[in-house]
Amino acid sequence: MTSPRSSRRRLAAGTAVVVVALLSTAACGGGGGGKSDGNAKAPGFNAAVNKVANASDKKGGTLKFIGTQDADSWDPQRGYYGFMWDFARYYTRQLVSFTPEPGLASTTLKPDLATGLAKVEDGGKTYTYTLKDGLKWEDGSPLTSKDVKYGIERIWAQDVISGGPIYLQQVLDPKGEYKGPYKDTSADKLGLKSIETPDDKTIVFRLPKPNSDFEQMLAMPSGSPVPAAKDTAAKYGLKPFSSGPYKFQSYTPNKSMVLVRNTNWSASTDDLRKALPDKITVTLTTNADDMDKRLINGDYDLDLNATGVGQAARAEVLGKNKANADNPDTGFIRYAVFPTTVKPMDNIHCRKAVILAADHKSLQTARGGPQAGGAIAPNMLPLGIKGADGKYDPYNVLKDTTGNVEEAKKELKACGQPDGFKTTIAVRNNKPIEIATAESLQESLKKVGITTELDEFDGAQTSGIIGAPKTVKSKGYGIIIMGWGADFPSGQGFLQPLVDSRFILESGNNNFAEIKDKAIDGLFDQALTQTDANAAAEVYKQINQKVSEGAYYLPFTFEKNIIWRSSRLTNVYTADAYNGRYDYASLGVQ
Amino acid sequence: MAACGGPGNPRAAAGPSTVLAYIIRRLFAVVVMLLVITLVTFGIFFLIPKWVGVDPATYFIGKQADPASLEGIRKKMGLDDPILVQFGKFLWGLVAGRDYANGTDVTHCSAPCFGYSFRNEQAIWPVLTDRLPVTMQLAAGACVIWVVVGVGTGVVSALKRGSALDRTLMTVALAGVSLPIYFTGMIALAVVVYGLGWIDGQYVPFGESASGWFGGMLLPWVTLAFLYAAMYARMTRATMLEIMGEDYIRTARAKGLREPVVIGKHAMRSTMTPVLTILGMDLGALVGGAILTETTFSLPGIGQAAVKAISDKDFPLILGVTLIAAVAVVVANLLVDLLYAVVDPRVRLS
Repeated sequence: MTSPRSSRRRLAAGTAVVVVALLSTAACGGGGGGKSDGNAKAPGFNAAVNKVANASDKKGGTLKFIGTQDADSWDPQRGYYGFMWDFARYYTRQLVSFTPEPGLASTTLKPDLATGLAKVEDGGKTYTYTLKDGLKWEDGSPLTSKDVKYGIERIWAQDVISGGPIYLQQVLDPKGEYKGPYKDTSADKLGLKSIETPDDKTIVFRLPKPNSDFEQMLAMPSGSPVPAAKDTAAKYGLKPFSSGPYKFQSYTPNKSMVLVRNTNWSASTDDLRKALPDKITVTLTTNADDMDKRLINGDYDLDLNATGVGQAARAEVLGKNKANADNPDTGFIRYAVFPTTVKPMDNIHCRKAVILAADHKSLQTARGGPQAGGAIAPNMLPLGIKGADGKYDPYNVLKDTTGNVEEAKKELKACGQPDGFKTTIAVRNNKPIEIATAESLQESLKKVGITTELDEFDGAQTSGIIGAPKTVKSKGYGIIIMGWGADFPSGQGFLQPLVDSRFILESGNNNFAEIKDKAIDGLFDQALTQTDANAAAEVYKQINQKVSEGAYYLPFTFEKNIIWRSSRLTNVYTADAYNGRYDYASLGVQ
Repeated sequence: MAACGGPGNPRAAAGPSTVLAYIIRRLFAVVVMLLVITLVTFGIFFLIPKWVGVDPATYFIGKQADPASLEGIRKKMGLDDPILVQFGKFLWGLVAGRDYANGTDVTHCSAPCFGYSFRNEQAIWPVLTDRLPVTMQLAAGACVIWVVVGVGTGVVSALKRGSALDRTLMTVALAGVSLPIYFTGMIALAVVVYGLGWIDGQYVPFGESASGWFGGMLLPWVTLAFLYAAMYARMTRATMLEIMGEDYIRTARAKGLREPVVIGKHAMRSTMTPVLTILGMDLGALVGGAILTETTFSLPGIGQAAVKAISDKDFPLILGVTLIAAVAVVVANLLVDLLYAVVDPRVRLS
């Protein structure tokens, strides 16, 4: 017989043994998979900026991403986040895509599904591509030109798969005659007239009018093929059908994702993707500080979102771990914009007064300083865009970094407001850095008598508040704090939504200044018909100068951030085509 | 509500039919309460935005907010219907499931349909059931620790009232109550995980690795339990001190009962009644999402989903989490009321 007391003791002893055993095994890494870094050596600070660090073609291993933000959608026609466009190339391909090379070279287009770049005819209105041989979907079925057409047609179904860019729709069907494949009455759902597929390997695009950036638009994920039989409409983003080197094994939104090799993808058809790791995992977390720590600890390889290490970890990263950090330009400009419908910002002299009075050094500091925030921006065209001129500084902000109070006062006098004026600064309430920037601007404007009130609006309502000109006017927003990055690397992709009067929308507007300058609109028309990229760049340079002369914008910084790469990452480099992120499709692990 | 029988007939036990009737009455009250909570929560998320001139559809949309997209969302989510019709459809979906349809794009949401997240294109119920086990593991593990440590500390403190041990324990308890979880959690992570590297500290499902799971849950359990144990220790101490001065304790001692029996059998039972009351509410609230703990330790539970839903303005998911939290609190309270009769024989269910 065993007494109850001795039974309890045995139970307690047994429990203790189990706990100790669990603790000791948990200490060995448990199920976490161990550290990523191993004994690899970091190649140095900025080793992957505009050059390749740890060049290697070694295959195998698991590439581990971590992030705090899931994609808006992994559906190629719906996603609009920059990191999604970079990551999507693991499982989607386009007719043409960006060159897998560091820096600015990445923005050059190369054939992907197509055998070559487009055969452009009819004065730039017809683009013809031939597909490569041996292209397959993840189930082994052949990938045809009809799949490409169907995928692009999905953009028209904004009522079902909203959120993605609609450039192709605007260029191919500006009148909006086609209603999308879900309302298409033709048997094959391929009723869009401006795209023809005479056979399974040929696709012809017929544009109503030329657009020199059309191939850039095709290179976006929204130009990806989708097989009609596998289209699950709104739910497609939960498990997209793969044409790339990897396919979805599992995905739980806001939690995790695993991609494994697509055995039906053939490297012989794809010069752009190295497909080095055997497996790619994504862990989504809510604690950004913990994420940074785990990156430093080597539990993960890189931040999926690549928005830069947080302030808490910055000192540690730039201290003893500097060799694991890169400090690339993101291609974004952070700026203030002056709606010309709100008095007194309708007067160019009042706008100039704000630009001249601003303390650019303080604004840069509020953004995080030269490394985490970026360089002071003298104009509105970032350096990764052809036509950009980093020396063009019409307001001398690179010289008078703390502002020019005397000149600002002169402009105020010319504006008829010699003692300054009152206005409201609109800033998104979910962007602490933007709020800090607005406060910095508020302080510097006080020096010339311009008093401002901050209105922190709901950041999730951007398109309905500052994107609605009526609301901007009724709320009296004289200054709006925002940021912008190009959807595709050209003057059209960056500047047109911001400054072309034909892009002013009732809702979702981005031309916040409501610039209505026929000369600027005309220059865009001129640029879009240029077949020579350098000639187009000259026109974009002129547009940029006109925007500066009009004093519609106060650029703060050409944004930079500090991103982490684990020591075991191979073939790692930043690409301008992906806003200074690493080219994910080229990455491998040691 | 539990009715204290009082000292009039302290040993009387309710018959099975009385208990059943009590449970039925309570369940009916629970359903009414949940209906009210649902109506209020639904109104907050789907009515108030309209009052202040905000189209709820804009919360579901991404960067490209064109009219066609907004119209599609309104249609699929039924946002153009009068609010009472929307509410009726929501209730019907809970019991019978429903379809979210926009032309040929039809998504069926099986019962119990807690709504549909347009952001993630997912029904809410599977999201909740996927995450609920993590939250329950967190709550259950932490609960065991804080009840054992908290009540034990409170009892010892009460029995050693005024001693150095009492003062030390209560100082620690005060610290536990005062320090927020995101602070203690980050300290724990900094020391145990980043600094000493004793454990990995990342959540791993039990099915994948028992040791990994234990290593991932240990710090959240201890951190969460530290806060609650401190509160329970202070509460237990106060209750115990009060009860030790009661007449029946004096009587028990006068009868010659040994001190462990007086404390264990008589004092502890009465002490446990208020502890149980608070425990029910705390556990219920935790099952609804230990937001700070799950965020700090990146645990993929209900609380983490709530944080993401709030930052993404994913109203259907926020509504689902709120309802789950309400159900958990109400059910936990019902269980606690039933347990009163077991813990304290003076209590009758009627």
